[in-house]
Amino acid sequence: MTEQLSVTGLTAGYGGPPIIEDISLSVEPGEIAVVLGPNGAGKSTLLKTIFALTSVSAGTIRLGERELTECRTSALVPLGVSAVPQNRNVFPSMTVDENLDVGTYAAPPADQKVTRERVLSLFPDLKGKLRQPAGELSGGQRQMVAMGRALMSEPKLVLLDEPTAGLSPAYLERIFDLLLDIRKTGITILMVEQNARQALQIADHGHILVNGRNHVSGTGKELLADEDVRRLFLGGTAG
Amino acid sequence: MSEFINFYLFPALTIGSIYALGAVGISMIFGILRFAHFAHGDLMTLGTYGILAAAALMPVNPLLLVPFGMALTVFAALFVDRFFYRPLRDLPTIYTVISSFGIALVFRSLIQLVWGSENQVLVAGVRPPLILFDTFRVSVLHLQAIVTTAVIAVLLHFFLTATRTGRSMRAVADDPELAEVSGLDTAKVVRWTWIIGAALAAVAGAFAALNTSAHPNLGWNLLLPMFAAAILGGIGKPMGAMAGGFIIGMAEELSSYHWIGDEALISPSYKTAVAFVIMISLLIFRPQGLFKGRLL
Repeated sequence: MTEQLSVTGLTAGYGGPPIIEDISLSVEPGEIAVVLGPNGAGKSTLLKTIFALTSVSAGTIRLGERELTECRTSALVPLGVSAVPQNRNVFPSMTVDENLDVGTYAAPPADQKVTRERVLSLFPDLKGKLRQPAGELSGGQRQMVAMGRALMSEPKLVLLDEPTAGLSPAYLERIFDLLLDIRKTGITILMVEQNARQALQIADHGHILVNGRNHVSGTGKELLADEDVRRLFLGGTAG
Repeated sequence: MSEFINFYLFPALTIGSIYALGAVGISMIFGILRFAHFAHGDLMTLGTYGILAAAALMPVNPLLLVPFGMALTVFAALFVDRFFYRPLRDLPTIYTVISSFGIALVFRSLIQLVWGSENQVLVAGVRPPLILFDTFRVSVLHLQAIVTTAVIAVLLHFFLTATRTGRSMRAVADDPELAEVSGLDTAKVVRWTWIIGAALAAVAGAFAALNTSAHPNLGWNLLLPMFAAAILGGIGKPMGAMAGGFIIGMAEELSSYHWIGDEALISPSYKTAVAFVIMISLLIFRPQGLFKGRLL
């Protein structure tokens, strides 16, 4: 069901000079991988590039045997790749129910009712808000709607751009717990995250970018234990 | 009271219906394609002349020939989108807006070339009004326009809320980038936007011509109040545009009622200025419209 994501020698940007250069990483099926780095390191650009929202000048992106590099954004959902942008990640005038429904249009699940129940069991907070416009929800609830929408197409891989940005500590914990729940369903997760320490605690692998290039990669535990990583990217204290 | 209903309320609701049907397309095109379509009035006129051409071949009630007008406007809208608007889509919006001005002139000139520039009527003669409860005299046309618009409003609401294409259209109007990220077929959404907008423009054109007469400036003259209606309802909110159409139509017509004394409150020749004042006031004080549409 799941396939490995392989990014090889990826160079991309927004038409001007490249923002990311010669990036390579792979994400094994069913694991959580996190991309970390300082501001401007190219983390979000990497995610946008995998989702065909930038222009690629070199390198390849593959999901299993399938080449994604030349795919259009709208063609990726039917191929099993869903994305949750950092901002503006819900359709604000549409109800929660409609937002979830829109997630099935590009790649209808085999049994929409079952998928919907499964998604709502992951996000029970949404059950009482199905008729409410998504624009009226709190930041944490909107993030859940956005993740729910992405899961409605039963993807193999979900890309998350800073899923905890701007959330209260309580919601931050909830989102990380939810990511672990999603991993249990066999879905591969690649996310960009600012809360580096917590992200590495739940991640199978971490990839640190600096100035648009690979800096260091390793398992979550290895990176948490690495003295340089702790000092430069995790605020200096032991994890 | 009966004078108010017979000579002001029903005509106001009829004008409101025409504005509402035209404003839906303007609002949807602005919401989804992100530009002010200044050729929409002339698209309406084209629909009217499509019906007029069909009426020359088939002497039946012109309202039965509206599908011919719709077919012509839908074809014209899809054609200009494919060959004139789509190539400009990635450029700043002003290019498409100016292009729509050009298309408006092309439509009008073609109509003048093919059908001439004189006034033409869809139905000759005077039709007696319906008399309701021995008191109210309602023009059959007014009743047809109001009922047709109400039915279209219900169908449009159902389409936008309960069908996959309708929801996709609302999603694209909300956030086109997220719609693309969600894998929605934006090309299909654009196509349906033109189909619905153009078809309703033909219906509006039919009622506008039946209410007065067909002439090449018919739709162009209605463009301002239709834009005012779309802005009033909230850009990207088709149902809001419908409500906006009725409000603008009522405001225009009822502004000339003799509310105080025997004189009209505002001279009928200034009716259009009422729509203009409402539009300017909204742009200054509530640019998102009554139904929280997109900010201009």
